[in-house]
Amino acid sequence: MEQILANGLYLGAQYALIALGLTLIFSLMNVLNFAHGQMYVFGGFVTYTVVAQWGLPFIVGLVASAVILAVMGALIEKFLFRPVIRKSKRDESTMLLAAGIAFFLDAVILLLFGEKQRGVPKIVDGVFNWDMRLIMPYDRILIGVLAIALIVGFIALMQYTKAGRAMRALAQDRMAAQLMGVDVDRYSMIGFALGALLAGLVGGLLVTITGINLGMGGPTSVKAFMMIMIGGAGVISGAIAGGFILGMMESIGLTVLAAYGDITYLAIFASLMVFLAFRPQGLMGKPWG
Amino acid sequence: MNKNLVGIAAFLLAAFVLVPVVIAATGRWDLYYTLTSVALLAIGSAGVWLTFYIGRINIGQGAYALMGGYVSAVLMTKVGFSFWATLPLAGLFCAGISVLIGLPILRLRGVYFAMITLVLTEVTRLAALALPVTNGAKGITSIPLPGSLSVFGITLIPDFATMANPKLGFYLLAATLMVLSYVVLWRIVSSRLGHLCRSLQQNEELAASIGVNTAYLRVLTYAISSFFGGLAGAVFVAISQSIYPSSFAVADSVNFMLYCFVGGLGYVTGPMLGTFVLYFGWDLLSIAKQYQLLVYSSLMIAMMLVLPNGLLSLFDRKGGKK
Repeated sequence: MEQILANGLYLGAQYALIALGLTLIFSLMNVLNFAHGQMYVFGGFVTYTVVAQWGLPFIVGLVASAVILAVMGALIEKFLFRPVIRKSKRDESTMLLAAGIAFFLDAVILLLFGEKQRGVPKIVDGVFNWDMRLIMPYDRILIGVLAIALIVGFIALMQYTKAGRAMRALAQDRMAAQLMGVDVDRYSMIGFALGALLAGLVGGLLVTITGINLGMGGPTSVKAFMMIMIGGAGVISGAIAGGFILGMMESIGLTVLAAYGDITYLAIFASLMVFLAFRPQGLMGKPWG
Repeated sequence: MNKNLVGIAAFLLAAFVLVPVVIAATGRWDLYYTLTSVALLAIGSAGVWLTFYIGRINIGQGAYALMGGYVSAVLMTKVGFSFWATLPLAGLFCAGISVLIGLPILRLRGVYFAMITLVLTEVTRLAALALPVTNGAKGITSIPLPGSLSVFGITLIPDFATMANPKLGFYLLAATLMVLSYVVLWRIVSSRLGHLCRSLQQNEELAASIGVNTAYLRVLTYAISSFFGGLAGAVFVAISQSIYPSSFAVADSVNFMLYCFVGGLGYVTGPMLGTFVLYFGWDLLSIAKQYQLLVYSSLMIAMMLVLPNGLLSLFDRKGGKK
């Protein structure tokens, strides 16, 4: 039981971090970022290149992932999303753009890093063992703690800095924020960059444990979508809750339902449908109140 | 209207006479496979387009294509139905499932609906892997070719196995189904149902307040849409004679949506054109080798920047100037 809970917490911290980036982008620009999974994979590969190929310390790889993805996010917002949002008749056009970017990133990843499964050597050796009731490798614990620290850092950033306040205002009401003198274009760009940065960070964190490969982008996006549907789109607390709930459910499901084959996600989806029938906007779904 | 009729006649002539003649003359038999795929995918995107018509972004068509494919495959191999019987059954099965799934999820809108349909695609793939009847990751293979279809002793369609050229047969089958689907689609759009759908697209609350049964309409259109998806999937299975859980994945669902976008959401023939352009574009770009996906996606992004309202909006502008 303790094992299941610990696994769930560890998975949930990763998931929450992915969902945070997605929900941030969604709340600021009303864009569903299909390319989020690909950004995550890209971040993983950057860390892999820096750590495993150039032999630099892990933290350098993590920072490199964050910086590269943030720059990429900022450029994507400025040169792709902004003009399309301005010109198109329907909101949905940004979805095509996002899907196009997802394909584009897939192609870039394929060309730059190849299609092989990659991983970096363990950053910490050893296994934490509490009386055979709870077994967890130290590197997983470290990654889990790092992820939680990052989540806390992100919340602090949104709550207590000027940029965070501006972004929250933007998410509540774009027009009103603009009238109050918030530089809407600038903060949209920062927000997108921040979302991409988070995706890159998770990629960098997870490459040490599960490794990374080209095909992980799509399924990761799907999981992130599920999380923000559970929690409510565009709500920070919702994304965190959704991440931890999905992590827990996966952990419990893999143990309890193992006897019936690989039906965990089927069960999660079925319960999600029932849940959404009662609460279509998710747990905390209202725009950033 | 007259101009439209000429256009339709020209299209039918091109699809059913010109294409086989040209292919026979040039010997490019592989084009049949491409064109058949285009026709089938166009049927699927017709469904997606219909859900766009009620203002829902549907990224779950791959799920229904996969379901339809499996229904057809299982009925043929395990129960011994003929292909022609499984075709409507696959569509109806998908329509039935979509009513069950649609009742809760159609209450969602915009991005929420888009996300859950995408999740549905992934979950269907996982279900296909896990359920015993689908034979897991190994899939169902060596499915027989469609047999002959006869009504009252008159053979309408000969046995595909005895055909000199089953590729041509499949092409004609797919093209016929596509034409029928688009006729149905066009009928729906220009009927009372179409008007009601447009009212949903514009403002659901307002439509409900003047007595439109929005819940019923939503489920009905979604069921029709899924029927198309199942149909396309079933024919795909007959052509490839096999089906695997990965036959239709998230990327295919996204592609169905992209076909609609590229063609233009405001035009009935939009998805057909979009499918044709994107699928053929992808094939043509194979000369770019490893840069294929890069060029393809760059073009797609560029098109979004230049023509955010679809290819057919080009003609729109011309019409406006006159």
